[in-house]
Amino acid sequence: MTIQLHAHARAFPIGATILQVDDVSLRFGGVRALTGVSFDVREHEVRAIIGPNGAGKSSMLNVINGVYQPQEGTLTFRGNKLDGMTPRRAAHMGISRTFQNIALFKGMTVLDNIMAGRNLRMHASFLEVAFRLPRATREEAENRDVVEEIIEFLEIEHIRKTPVGRLPYGLQKRVELGRALAAEPSILLLDEPMAGMNIEEKQDMCRYVLDVNDHYGTTVVLIEHDMGVVMDISDRVVVLDYGKKIGDGSPEEVRANQEVIDAYLGVAH
Amino acid sequence: MSGTEESLDTFPKLLMQHARLRGGRAAIREKKHGIWKTLSWAQLAEKVQSLASALAESGLQRGGHVALVGDNRPRLYAAMCAAQWLGAVAVPLYQDATAAEMVHPIQSAGITHVFAEDQEQVDKILEILPQCPSIRVIVYDEDRGMRHYKQAQLISFAALRDKGLDLLAARQGMLQDELAKGSGADAAAMFFTSGTTGQAKGVVLTHAALIDRARVAAEMEGLNENDVAVAYLPPAWIGQNIFSYAQPMVVGYCICCPESPDTFLSDMREVGPTYFFAPPRVLEALLTQVSIRMEDAGSIKRWLYARCMSVAERVGARITSGEAVPWGDRMAYAVGNLAIYGPLRDVLGMSRVRVAYTAGEAVGPELLMFFRSIGINVKQLYGSTETSVFVCVQPDGQVKPDTVGPAVRGVELKFTPQRELLVRSPGLFKEYHLNPEATRAAKDAEGWFHTGDAGYLGEDGHLRIIDRVKDVGALADGTLFAPKLLENKLKFFPFVKEAVAFGDGRNQVCMFVNIDMAAVGNWADKKNIAYTGHSDLASRAEVHQLIADCLAKVNADLATDDTLARSQIHRFLVLHKELDADDGELTRTRKVRRGFIGERYQTLVNALYSTQSSVRVDAEVRYEDGRVGMVSADVQLCNAKTYPSAPLKKAA
Repeated sequence: MTIQLHAHARAFPIGATILQVDDVSLRFGGVRALTGVSFDVREHEVRAIIGPNGAGKSSMLNVINGVYQPQEGTLTFRGNKLDGMTPRRAAHMGISRTFQNIALFKGMTVLDNIMAGRNLRMHASFLEVAFRLPRATREEAENRDVVEEIIEFLEIEHIRKTPVGRLPYGLQKRVELGRALAAEPSILLLDEPMAGMNIEEKQDMCRYVLDVNDHYGTTVVLIEHDMGVVMDISDRVVVLDYGKKIGDGSPEEVRANQEVIDAYLGVAH
Repeated sequence: MSGTEESLDTFPKLLMQHARLRGGRAAIREKKHGIWKTLSWAQLAEKVQSLASALAESGLQRGGHVALVGDNRPRLYAAMCAAQWLGAVAVPLYQDATAAEMVHPIQSAGITHVFAEDQEQVDKILEILPQCPSIRVIVYDEDRGMRHYKQAQLISFAALRDKGLDLLAARQGMLQDELAKGSGADAAAMFFTSGTTGQAKGVVLTHAALIDRARVAAEMEGLNENDVAVAYLPPAWIGQNIFSYAQPMVVGYCICCPESPDTFLSDMREVGPTYFFAPPRVLEALLTQVSIRMEDAGSIKRWLYARCMSVAERVGARITSGEAVPWGDRMAYAVGNLAIYGPLRDVLGMSRVRVAYTAGEAVGPELLMFFRSIGINVKQLYGSTETSVFVCVQPDGQVKPDTVGPAVRGVELKFTPQRELLVRSPGLFKEYHLNPEATRAAKDAEGWFHTGDAGYLGEDGHLRIIDRVKDVGALADGTLFAPKLLENKLKFFPFVKEAVAFGDGRNQVCMFVNIDMAAVGNWADKKNIAYTGHSDLASRAEVHQLIADCLAKVNADLATDDTLARSQIHRFLVLHKELDADDGELTRTRKVRRGFIGERYQTLVNALYSTQSSVRVDAEVRYEDGRVGMVSADVQLCNAKTYPSAPLKKAA
């Protein structure tokens, strides 16, 4: 599967390091999910994290996101050391994520789900919203404007009012992407965005990911299993295996790396 | 400037009249980001003027040609009017045409300026730019993805409009001059006929022709400034231009542009149009939607629907036509109106429809009657690109399923011995662009246009169309073979999307059938038949039986008519592949290209006329990005039940 990429200058050229992961180790009791992993993510790039199942990729995302606190190592985001991160603090700082198995509110409409992604920007109190006081309605209109732009961007106008639970899987993933975008993140963490999709849906999703990177300049860190997707859309790749980093570089470099090949194909240790 | 009808002989002049008389009223509405945004006549006039000044600055000459490719948007219509302001000709092109298909129209019209809606259209233009050196300016509306395009010809719509606004004050004098210079005899627009055969021809229509026809039809239906219409059909089609540009310009009503093709139905419900046009395929799609949803409804609702629809079938159409109906039936209909027809009209978005037209091909009578029976005033009209649409229109109260109505004011009709219809009208086209022989062949010295349609006038003065003159054929034994008639009868069934009949010079009639994926898929789901896709579903024996049943009903109906009894369909096959305009099998307006299909699927046609029960076929398909692939299948050839001729006794 190939995607035609225009050979053109990037709208947002890849800049300096925005996120630095230093020597991070994560343990759950005796299980070592991550051991001494270090890599960096540059601004405006598309960074892929790949590796066989159980390598610790989702754990890595969860550490960046603040869901898990690593026992060792540090994370530096825009020069600030992140200590005692929580998902809420991460969101405030501009880190947004999607989930592998979709974590949308199935009973709510697409519009409401994406509006939920704006909740950090909404400052009106519970009573103000309940009585529809001017500040609340004005805020809702402003946020609705942003959400409608995202809806137009992802081409989901026709399902705006449909409850998410009724949508096919591919569209649900798109809505999840929309919700992550609603928070206007600087870094977007995508956990297997193409999982369970056929070729057409994958091409669509790739296009949206690239468009997000191109139009908004969002840095994208994505976990992906489909090698074709990884080779085509990522700028640099990190390879994990059994919690350790075994490869780091451009897609071509990583693909030729013998250790990476062994990890995927399996070699007697 | 005086406001008499005679002096308002171009669209820009009509626009300025509206800006003066009803400047605050809504002209065009567009749904963007979930809410309807309104452009008033005054705002539209200002937009057109700033565009016109910018276009003049960028070198658009009087007599030049401007292409417009995109969906219905206020900006498209503003651009059209701005081009006409400067005496240029608007040339709308089909958005779904491939880049290669756009080369001929652009070259033959010598297009200098292109208004492209988005990146997709711009990419197509850029791809063919080397073959179209006449193009100097490409204006794009949506800027998504356009950031890194550095071609010199490109400019965004917003930038162009801003340039124009800056120049507006300085150019007022020039603009007023250009406005005054325009006259009814000037070419207003050029439409390329879809061409069921051969290369598309550019039909040149003048302001006078379009305005005349628009005005005559508007007066006939009593259209006024309070009417509302939805603009959803391709702007490259003459009908769309008449209903959403010419007539609004003449009458002053409002048009609404839906958010996207996918949201058209729900947007229509929000708009509640009073004036509506739907080609038969849209009506079929609506009917299919209703049928499918009724099948999913609970038993009480289904019972209620069945009862009410039987009342509607009996008296509904007559009530809609204003005829006298027994008191008891009227009561029953009123109850049905509350329970079923009213809510149904509402769901379809047609609660406020006062006048609805359908045309384009002969409409199946059952389809027309369905809508009329639930209180929607759908009428048929007849016309073509070359006649600025309105040749015949059915008046209220005279709607019959098998006619297209009497001639409209100003139109003269004549027939050749071969039953070909000739038309003379103020709405006739000026010429085929750069094609004097074709023009001479179509329009004779006395101004009669050869329509290429075969028909006759009934005793009631209504025109009846049989088929295209060249398609009307005869079976080997001399029986009349009118393929479109047969195809439409079959297409009434929701399971059938498209049908192609063969039989000219043959001993019996055979058919290709394309199933409607939505309806048949739904039916298959209920019968617990698993399928993977269209080809798979089309190859199922159960589906073949389903289609055979439909054909049996059609044959039973044909058996009752003396002339048609022997053109019953004997054999058929369900095509594994959907007929597609991209493969050249359909025109861009979804008309079947019978000759082309017959050649392409020669193996299948021969097999149908043999005694084989199945045949292997390989067909080339063209994907949307231009790549070519092969689709192979084993196609089953099935027999349909035919009936002995049993003509209904005419009432004494």
